[in-house]
Amino acid sequence: MIRIENLVKHYGTVHALDGLSLNVEAGVVYGFLGPNGAGKTTTMRILTGLARADAGRAWILDTEIGQSAKDVRHLIGVLPEEPVFYPWMTAREYLRDFVAGLYRMDAPTARKRTDELLGIVGLKEARNRRIGGFSRGMRQRLGLAQALIHNPPVLLLDEPVSALDPAGRKEVLGLIESLRGKATILLSTHILADVERVCDVVGIINKGRLIVQEQREELLRQYTTPVFEIELDSGFEAWMEHARQFPFVENLTYDNPTIRVLVKDIRTAQKTLLDSLAAEDLLVRRFEILHPSLEDVFLRLTSKGA
Amino acid sequence: MFRTLLAKEFLEQRRTSKLLIFLVVFFIVGCISPLLAKYTPELLRTIPDIPPEFAALIPEPSLKDSIDQYAKNTSQFGVLLVIVLTMNVIAQERERGTAAMLFSKPVRRSAVVLSKWLAGMTTITVSVIISSIACAIYTAILFGGLPLGKYLIFNLLLLLFLAVYHSVALLASALARTQGMAAAIAFGGLAVLLVLSSLPRINNFSPIGLLNWGSALLSGNDQAHWPALIISLALTAGCVLTACLYLERQEI
Repeated sequence: MIRIENLVKHYGTVHALDGLSLNVEAGVVYGFLGPNGAGKTTTMRILTGLARADAGRAWILDTEIGQSAKDVRHLIGVLPEEPVFYPWMTAREYLRDFVAGLYRMDAPTARKRTDELLGIVGLKEARNRRIGGFSRGMRQRLGLAQALIHNPPVLLLDEPVSALDPAGRKEVLGLIESLRGKATILLSTHILADVERVCDVVGIINKGRLIVQEQREELLRQYTTPVFEIELDSGFEAWMEHARQFPFVENLTYDNPTIRVLVKDIRTAQKTLLDSLAAEDLLVRRFEILHPSLEDVFLRLTSKGA
Repeated sequence: MFRTLLAKEFLEQRRTSKLLIFLVVFFIVGCISPLLAKYTPELLRTIPDIPPEFAALIPEPSLKDSIDQYAKNTSQFGVLLVIVLTMNVIAQERERGTAAMLFSKPVRRSAVVLSKWLAGMTTITVSVIISSIACAIYTAILFGGLPLGKYLIFNLLLLLFLAVYHSVALLASALARTQGMAAAIAFGGLAVLLVLSSLPRINNFSPIGLLNWGSALLSGNDQAHWPALIISLALTAGCVLTACLYLERQEI
């Protein structure tokens, strides 16, 4: 659905993309992750035709970008990180009279789709207000609406929820989830909890190269180390010394009042740690296995890549 | 799609008061030019203690003075207004980021340039029509009737004269990445054309030759300035074409 092969882009001496290759299957929500300056926005700009690659090729729905006579922009909906609009237009005018017109939608369809989308993104009440008076969150909602107006098979979303409040973020993520299977979504974000929630596949880039691309669960399984967090009432110094000797313990740290134990084998660790605590007759206030976090994977991979 | 772009340009002109500014300024120029032509000599004669020899040198105002005043005012205020209001139309979209929103949609960049040129020219045309009607009415009242056929040709030449500056400013806007840079290029272009217009042998080949031709026509001199017409048309088309080609190749 989206295929990128050895994309290279330089800005002067800066290597924004350094041989990026990735593949996004049809119907998936692809989490596109990377630290600032990794090349996410440059990739998006090349896919939307705003920038040209110095080398490499990219396809959307088998149409090669910048080479084919067919305009790929009919097939994509784009939400940039900070969507910008004409401040003198109203939200309704922008969607119904302008964007719908650019996609050659007929007037009744444009009207119906505009009303529908303004309702979905929560801007129905503000539809006749000038966009110049909109908050950043409202502009991001309107940006999402304009990206969806022609029901594109491919959506390129750059930080789609970064300006939204928690309720708005939940709604928009719900909307993205509802598009799973209907559209292919390349979602760039730095909010890893959102990626964990909505993305099927995760690609992490750093310094213009893809470091890893995996199914979300597989990535977490491969790259995360199980962690136990334990809080005890007293007498934990001796226990900590004892626990460090267990062969399955990779690392053990103490940050008052929490003992953090990184383990290799979660099953053995769970049983042995509980048994040892009971044997020492210690009063346990908290014993928790932490869910593996994508943030840990991201930091580990990007710092290794760096 | 072109109709959508054009409709957006017209709406922008209305909402940002550009249209109103054009209409008001051109209307004032149309009204005030015959008045200045008529009453400036009379005002000069009312200066106390003016030497009689000097007073005798002040000519009686004529219809030609009215048209010359109109041409002069339009070539000054009109050109400045056209440049100021055109030079940011593309540069502003790039600087603010609306160009990136627009060009990620299935839009030909040359269509955007042409829609902006056509919307600007429509506004300039309407403004010149209003201005010319106002000038014709005041001239008829103060100096007697105008030869309408020749006056129409004069205004068409005036329109082409303004179209040259509109196209130069549009090209400046396409070439520049910022509004400040667009202003520098546009006023640089204006300066070059002004210098060429002031050179005795070259001025009849430059756009100012169009106004000289129109003014001479109304004075009964039928000598045509075809080189000025051809060069002005070529300059207009060249600027618009270059703006289209340049923007098509540019990264946004």
